[in-house]
Amino acid sequence: MSYHIVVCGSIVPDPLQTLEPVAGPGGPALKNEMMLPAVLDPWAAHALFEAANLAKNVPGSKVWLVSVGPKAKLQQVMMHVAQKVPFELVVMDGPAGGFVEAADTAAALAKAVEGITGLDKGKLLLFGGWSSASRGTGATLQILGELLGVTEQFQGVDELRPADDGSFEVKERIEGGGYLRSRCAGAPAVLGWATGNLPEPPNNPQVGMQNMRLIMPALQKAQPAAVGAAGVAYKAVELPGTRRQTRIVKDTPVDDIAREIVEWIKG
Amino acid sequence: METLRTLPGDDVRQILWRYADRFDLQMAVQSARSIARSVVARLVADGVRNTHEWTERKAELLKAFDESGLTSIYMDPAQGGFIEGPKNLALALVAMELAWVDGGAATSALASCLGLAPIHEKGTDEQRAHYLPLCTPPQPGEDRVCRRAAFALTEPLPYVGVDTGILGGKMRVQSWDDGAEPLLKVEKRGRFITNMDFADIVTAAVESDDPRIKGSCMIILEKDDPGTFDRGAPTLKMVHQLSSTRDPVMSLTVPASRIIGGYDVVDGVIVPRFSHGEIIASVFHRTRIPVGLMTSAKLLSAIEPIIRYHRQRFRGGSVGEPGSRRHELGLQMNEDALQRLVDVWATGEAGCSLGLAAARLADRFDPIEREKDRQFAAQGIKGRKQLAALKDSQERALEYVRLKYAPAGQADPARLAELEADTLAQFVYMDALAGVLNPATKLWNTGVGATMMREAVSLVGGYGITEDCPGFLCHKWMDAQLEATYEGPEAVQRRHLTLTMTNPVFLELVRQWSAELRRSQAGGAAALAGALDLWLWTLDFLQNGADRDGKKLYHGKRQGVTFPLADALGWLLAARSLMQDVAVLAAEAPASPVLAEAAPGLTAFYADMACVQAARAAGEAARVCAELVYGYGCGQAQDGPGGPCIVFTGSEEFARLRQGVDQGLHGTRLAKDRAAEALTAVMIPEALDYPL
Repeated sequence: MSYHIVVCGSIVPDPLQTLEPVAGPGGPALKNEMMLPAVLDPWAAHALFEAANLAKNVPGSKVWLVSVGPKAKLQQVMMHVAQKVPFELVVMDGPAGGFVEAADTAAALAKAVEGITGLDKGKLLLFGGWSSASRGTGATLQILGELLGVTEQFQGVDELRPADDGSFEVKERIEGGGYLRSRCAGAPAVLGWATGNLPEPPNNPQVGMQNMRLIMPALQKAQPAAVGAAGVAYKAVELPGTRRQTRIVKDTPVDDIAREIVEWIKG
Repeated sequence: METLRTLPGDDVRQILWRYADRFDLQMAVQSARSIARSVVARLVADGVRNTHEWTERKAELLKAFDESGLTSIYMDPAQGGFIEGPKNLALALVAMELAWVDGGAATSALASCLGLAPIHEKGTDEQRAHYLPLCTPPQPGEDRVCRRAAFALTEPLPYVGVDTGILGGKMRVQSWDDGAEPLLKVEKRGRFITNMDFADIVTAAVESDDPRIKGSCMIILEKDDPGTFDRGAPTLKMVHQLSSTRDPVMSLTVPASRIIGGYDVVDGVIVPRFSHGEIIASVFHRTRIPVGLMTSAKLLSAIEPIIRYHRQRFRGGSVGEPGSRRHELGLQMNEDALQRLVDVWATGEAGCSLGLAAARLADRFDPIEREKDRQFAAQGIKGRKQLAALKDSQERALEYVRLKYAPAGQADPARLAELEADTLAQFVYMDALAGVLNPATKLWNTGVGATMMREAVSLVGGYGITEDCPGFLCHKWMDAQLEATYEGPEAVQRRHLTLTMTNPVFLELVRQWSAELRRSQAGGAAALAGALDLWLWTLDFLQNGADRDGKKLYHGKRQGVTFPLADALGWLLAARSLMQDVAVLAAEAPASPVLAEAAPGLTAFYADMACVQAARAAGEAARVCAELVYGYGCGQAQDGPGGPCIVFTGSEEFARLRQGVDQGLHGTRLAKDRAAEALTAVMIPEALDYPL
């Protein structure tokens, strides 16, 4: 039994960047968003690395990365991501900022997934981030699953163990740091990944060159995606207030740092 | 007013440096960056540089290079690499990314390529097919160890030897049985040899110590060859400690087939097909470029930490509440901090523009050079006949230059295309240009770059000379000094330039560049054009003039004349290269979906920075030219309005040209004011993306 794994995920500004909400012509936006360096949403990245690992271990499986995002920025990000693991990119050209409705994004993604040539829905595992770094509603993947008629859904996944008969066991995060273990009879299913267990794979330029031969045409023929926040009025948009009281102390033992944080939380 | 919004990212750099359409290069940049800002930065932050020995921690670099594809970047796809065609631009970009964090790490990456370069450039097909794949990391399923190479040229002469004409390495025939491959005894003591802690293969320069061998050559030594392969003592250098450097001693017996490029037996004498000088010329022709760029990358890397330091200088103190000008801008309230930073930034940009122009040219030149060699070989043209054939092509090369830079609509496109397809004319043109750009990159980028690194360090005050200064500025300042000596110290580059910068094709290029700049409306273009004219006039004056004793002024031995003129040229070339890049940015940024909205501010800032650099370069060149012309010119004491003075006869034209340079500075300080002001508003990330 092989899988057709579709990973849904887009880009977010590099977390080191200063983000400042501004009023744009189409509603709220981030200041200079197009010029800021972007990365693959870390939640989606976890899902992609898990998907690639699963595909490697289950012969005959294949991975697609389906993304709604500005194609020019996606191209930049792909120069890094494409070197990590083998996948085929499917792109819908649209905004990737946090100010879009989950339903719109899910509808665009559904259209893109439906359009994948050779996709066997009977083998479909729909991967994505449990949440996202741009706007953590945690709703997009669930709506997408519903739109595609995939009702077996797991959220906050940290582990997936496939069995030879096509079934698999899933470990989901639940309250209090515990896990829920479930067994699913098989694809199709939706899996919203938490952080998984895999580290970021090292770059492999040979894989990158192989991926980019398909990624560049995919970016060039990306169709516009009508996603946004039509009908939604934002009364105010602001970043959560930050308060920094930074001390720089070199060579502090990890245990001391942890103890201090615990004391601060308790205090 | 629209201004610079964010620090320039990849989208900007790809346009400026012309690799927006090369995803293989973009991937290489991303690979190098991810290594630089994780493994490399952590090693530096952890103080791993504080030892001369190669340690396990330092060896993490090699693993990271292997895993990320950097080790195999020099190879063709058939040999395990991933970039097709010439790789000069790729190596230059990778070196820059690594040097952005640490020059020693960049050296480590480049040294493996340098070790293999003699084989790559002049090796036989068998040597290339054997050694290059051997030095590629094993692919999945392969059970072998990646071999590593070192380049052994410099000898343990008193002090560090760099004169390639003086070799201490010797080879003799040890045995030569009838019909069998001769066995050679090679004695080589190296000095300052990079990669020696882990090199399995050494390409060494040696000369004959035996009448049965002619001349010199480069030869491949392996660590398991019979004899002594002593890696030697570590070099006690104070910089670039993330590269391994030792003084090896090798006394090995190797078959003559290891002579790079092969050999012929003529009248019972082994005659290497390439002398060590020919191989080095071919190798250094290109490898000087990345080293020059390493220093420029340091300057660009300093911008973000300095802005952060300036803005946050007073935060946390008893004055400057959040929201106040002092809190928001800190030292950026002061013009001096801003304008000096513009100088640092503009120097870094100009160095990158010059070096990457040289790298792109090298990529175009490689196939032309090979085709030229092929045509000569097919026609049986060898030795001096080659020089004669190239001399015959010079007129066509000159015609090509004039057509290439003719004003729009005035060139004959059919003739231009014809000359572009003319291999020999193209070779002569590119050879003339590369002959100047390559040493100029190495000379100007490292020399002026090291001085400007000091300026960068000073802009961070006392913090700048601490180990935990963000951006490792102190390390970079010291490292820059070594980079000025890599692949020939500054005097070697100046000597090279004094020979190549008088090439008629290059001089015609300078005339055309001047005319092109005069047609340009860009700020500072008039000053730069004037300075190019002044430089040409000065060169002509010096070449045809004599001093008071009647001795020729422009002469190989007269380095007090020729070297300053080479220095002046470096300034002018770098400033012109930046102007060229900015013109491309202005043309292409509006069409980029990422940059379109910010293009006006971005291009205006870069135009101001190019103007600042042009003014600075014109001033430096004019000063040098004035010193040479008036300094060596014959004057007469006369009574002037203010008392006795020296009147220099025959200088009217020089004075007119110099005045043109000065007048061309019109508005350049206003450009500096604007560029400096833009630094107060540019958005920087919340934190550096590598550790303290």
